Amino acid sequence: MMEQQRAHTYGVVGEFETPRKLIQAAEKARLAGYQSMDAYTPFPVEGLSEALGLKRNLVPLVTLIGGLAGGLGAFGFQYWVSVISYAENIGGRSLNSWPAFIPVTFELTVLGASLSAVFGMLAMNKLPQPHHPLFNVERFQKHASVDRFFLCLQADDPKFSVAEASKFLKEIEAQNISEVEND
Amino acid sequence: MSSGEPPIHSPEIRRLSPVLAPGHTYGSITDKISSIVLTRPVSLGWLAGFGICFCFIMLLNLAIVYLIGKGVGIWGINIPIGWGFAIVNFVWWIGIGHAGTLISAILFLLNQKWRTSINRFAEAMTLFAVMCAGMFPLLHMGRPWFFFWMFPYPSTMKIWPQFRSPLIWDVFAVSTYFTVSLLFWFVGLIPDLATLRDRAMSKPKAIIYGILAMGWRGSARHWQRYQSAYLLLAGLATPLVLSVHTVVSFDFAIAIVPGWHTTIFPPYFVAGAIYSGFAMVLTIAIPLRAAYNLEDFITMRHLENMAKVMLATGLIVAYGYFFEFFMSMYSGNKWDVFLVEQRLHGPYAHYYYMLILCNILTPQLLWFQKIRTNVIILFIMSLVINTGMWLERFVIVVISLSRDFVPSAWGRYSATFWDYAVLAGTLGLFAGLLFLFVRVLPAISIAEMRELVAHNSEEHE
Repeated sequence: MMEQQRAHTYGVVGEFETPRKLIQAAEKARLAGYQSMDAYTPFPVEGLSEALGLKRNLVPLVTLIGGLAGGLGAFGFQYWVSVISYAENIGGRSLNSWPAFIPVTFELTVLGASLSAVFGMLAMNKLPQPHHPLFNVERFQKHASVDRFFLCLQADDPKFSVAEASKFLKEIEAQNISEVEND
Repeated sequence: MSSGEPPIHSPEIRRLSPVLAPGHTYGSITDKISSIVLTRPVSLGWLAGFGICFCFIMLLNLAIVYLIGKGVGIWGINIPIGWGFAIVNFVWWIGIGHAGTLISAILFLLNQKWRTSINRFAEAMTLFAVMCAGMFPLLHMGRPWFFFWMFPYPSTMKIWPQFRSPLIWDVFAVSTYFTVSLLFWFVGLIPDLATLRDRAMSKPKAIIYGILAMGWRGSARHWQRYQSAYLLLAGLATPLVLSVHTVVSFDFAIAIVPGWHTTIFPPYFVAGAIYSGFAMVLTIAIPLRAAYNLEDFITMRHLENMAKVMLATGLIVAYGYFFEFFMSMYSGNKWDVFLVEQRLHGPYAHYYYMLILCNILTPQLLWFQKIRTNVIILFIMSLVINTGMWLERFVIVVISLSRDFVPSAWGRYSATFWDYAVLAGTLGLFAGLLFLFVRVLPAISIAEMRELVAHNSEEHE
């Protein structure tokens, strides 16, 4: 019975009027032992990651790697072109004229880092993902990207049951609580 | 600060004048900004404006087709003045783009709240200006269909580009700049595209915005990575924007032509770029806020702050002019001294005096608060400064090339109809793209404006 319920339920969602109320609710949910939950806000809310107990993300690391790859690749390539592949002796000037390679090295460092920051962020967020069970909730569609702050307790939590999660959300004064159907 | 009511025009009140008019909620902001895109009918004014731009875009097409058919000889360029309008316009356009990145990246890092309502269209302005800029070196090649020779690709000729040349640095700088600006702009747009998707009245709109929003749902986990990525992009775009105009100035400074071969060029070019860019932001912001009643969002505080940035960068540019002049005289180098004489008394002297008038004298009016808060004067001044910055590049390119080392190699330059046609055409393209932009995308970042509302309401709690 339990398993079946989880299969067609994504979770239970409730909404709050202000970011502060959402943060308090998330903290209460975490302290009550809910582990699998997410909050949805129309703009980034300071303190929400901490309230949900989120770990630091990997975007900065990916960006660093992308930047290093861009920079080292650019310098290495210019060196290879100018010293090995297409070495031209022009008036005895040194082939490895490294200061002249710096502008392109710099530009490609920035390019590599920026591309990895953006595409890394999208990939780790698993976007693009056109559909998500939460979009089945009408109020979510109307308000999550405008003026309401949502907390969703997810069904993959060991503690989860629809009745209890709904009751808990009611206790912490969430409004318009509804079950999110998986499809 | 709260003791007694200061009179309305006191510096106290003005300093506190809001970056967002009071009384707005998350919903009212969303409604107001998204309605421009979603519900507002196409107005006659918009149609007329876009129609005029469209004519200029057609002129641009004609000029390009004729250019490709006949070759660059239809322009006024010659030997020794091989650069002419194409390079003047290139440097001018790319400089205009810089203010967009400055507003979106540097002011973001400095946590300047007033940037919020102007960054989106300033970034759009950057993209469109770089598009216009990029066209000029391509067309100036004469055989633009071989543009890919600039990129290092394994060709059957077994040769590679010359990485020691500033012209190749330019290719990398400008293309990186465009790519990063586009990414930055798009990342900023994602949450707003999700808002438009959710509020769209018709299916096709919902589908198009939905595809662009990529299923953004405002999850806290997503926001966390999003904010990291955005902050990192701002940090990356900041040195990038400084590097781009530095590299553009290297196109000149690496050469030995008198008037070009100076170490002051990189900082002075960057300051000039920001100067003209802010002038262009004002040129766009002033009509935009009037046409779409955005005075609550783009307040007097924004206009005044931009005027102050113009004044400051204008003074840096003036310093650059002075030291260019001083170093030429002080060096005792006879070609440099001669170049100064040519600027003051040569055949193009009137351009130089116009430049001083537009770029150094006019902006001094910005010291006065009355001027900084007068919308009409600011608008006119922004046009004057943009003209001045165009003249600056003309003076640098044409005067130096027309009077170099040996009198037998001197020449004269005058632009032809086709030079003006391409310039006017890119102006039409730039304005036309902006017209389209305000109709299809939110010209002000809705998500960031909501943050401002949250910030204001927390202060009142």
